[in-house]
Amino acid sequence: MKILVPVKRVIDYNVKPRVKSDGSGVDLANVKMSMNPFDEIAVEEAIRLKEKGAASEIVAVSVGPAKAQETLRTALAMGADRAVLVQVEDGAEVEPLAVAKILKAVADEEAPGLVICGKQAIDDDSNQVGQMLAALLGRPQGTFASAVVVEGDAVVVTREVDGGLETVKLALPAVVTTDLRLNEPRYASLPNIMKAKSKPLAVKSPADFGVDVTPRLKTLKVAEPPVRSAGIKVPDVDTLVAKLKEMGVA
Amino acid sequence: MNVLVWVEHDNASVKDATLAAVTAAGQLGEVTALVAGAGCDGAAAAAAQIAGVAKVLKADDAAYAHALAENVAPLIVALMADYDAFVAPATSHGKNVAPRVAALLDVMQVSEVLSIDGPKTFTRPTYAGNAIATVESSDAKLVLTVRGTAFAKAAATGGSAGIEAVSGTGDAGLSHFVGAEIAKSERPELGSAKVIVSGGRALKDAQTFQDVIFPLADKLGAGVGASRAAVDAGYVPNDYQVGQTGKIVAPEVYVAVGISGAIQHLAGMKDSKTIIAINKDEDAPIFQVADIGLVGDLFALVPELTGKL
Repeated sequence: MKILVPVKRVIDYNVKPRVKSDGSGVDLANVKMSMNPFDEIAVEEAIRLKEKGAASEIVAVSVGPAKAQETLRTALAMGADRAVLVQVEDGAEVEPLAVAKILKAVADEEAPGLVICGKQAIDDDSNQVGQMLAALLGRPQGTFASAVVVEGDAVVVTREVDGGLETVKLALPAVVTTDLRLNEPRYASLPNIMKAKSKPLAVKSPADFGVDVTPRLKTLKVAEPPVRSAGIKVPDVDTLVAKLKEMGVA
Repeated sequence: MNVLVWVEHDNASVKDATLAAVTAAGQLGEVTALVAGAGCDGAAAAAAQIAGVAKVLKADDAAYAHALAENVAPLIVALMADYDAFVAPATSHGKNVAPRVAALLDVMQVSEVLSIDGPKTFTRPTYAGNAIATVESSDAKLVLTVRGTAFAKAAATGGSAGIEAVSGTGDAGLSHFVGAEIAKSERPELGSAKVIVSGGRALKDAQTFQDVIFPLADKLGAGVGASRAAVDAGYVPNDYQVGQTGKIVAPEVYVAVGISGAIQHLAGMKDSKTIIAINKDEDAPIFQVADIGLVGDLFALVPELTGKL
């Protein structure tokens, strides 16, 4: 079985995003970029399934600028076998619906048994691509996964839901989206980073797949959220209790 | 505008998250509530009483028992022929189902809507709430998920909508429900709690978390939350997590105990009315958003606080 893993190049998890003063977006110039953390978990899960013998080949795919090649090389260094970059112009934002359409076209070519996506990208926080891809493929979805077990022609997915955990069984092919506690991604070793440089990476364009990436949502403005200012520090528990009583909580 | 709202329910009653979605939908147009379930007469009757709901559609079918997206999305897509917008609360069900509906309608969904600024203009959080985007949709129909803390809850009673049964689209045969481990707790749910006490990694282990945090929560009648670090370390189950990718909460009072205040955690709680932080590190980022801070050893301070309440 082949596994397709979409990955996105995003602002690094540890960087505090700054809104541009003209309100046009978030300033990404000279900011550290990394693989979306949920996508790292997706790559790791694919590798573990391959190590267990449940998968034979892992294809990483990214929709992004030329520099997303670095993100794909990271996936290859972790253990993906080959990569596809669907390249768009620098700074072009491709919305989840268009990404899902491109991934659908890639999946039609590659015929994976499983697609493992991150549940959301930490830049636009949309949480849509996996569900949309499953819809377009007409296949089942196991979102917010904390465990993934392949059983013959099905996959059993444990999902993190509002009240706790839920388990579903999906007919393959299926789309799974990862939650935080699915696994802890490995670091790529230096030899594997070197080896990744010679793994195949194909570059395509959205037009190759006949997908129109024109945004449906127009961003009118991007603003900082209202700032909370620091309050007071109290010296001891008695003062805190008094404050709580003032608020009517205690 | 005719708006179809996804009702979050347990077949017998309606979950609170629905009420905020009804308020948001009401700002767009006339609200029809969709109750899809199995043996869901009770939930449909409850939905009909929500103030601002003009009509309830009840789709009662074994295929909808667990709100599997593969089964409910085709139902919603079929109903959307008569509606201009689909609105779901940004709960785990809503977030699972809405994008599947959006893709089938060829609509770009607007996720986690914070405000409705015009018939097609919305604000939504990006970058863990560090950048609020105002977006305008150019699609013929709208698909939205709405953040529960951003809209007032519609009154759960006072309405008297008619209930109309609609026929289901059956089981898609792609997925089935195996089981669930849903925690039963006497404490208020995080989404509706007036007070929340949350613990971080500093709580050491599961037993210590219980021994320190739970008694304080009980004294305050509070819900219990946790940082990602505490959940990852196994102190409490996943559904306790507050943050960018966990639950988004905005209680009257949020007490953060031993939580440093990573931006991903702040994204989930910074709209709380009053934030109280107890932490031994006086430079912890949590103090930059806290209204009241107490610096010191939580293992001494929290039991003392619990004792004095």
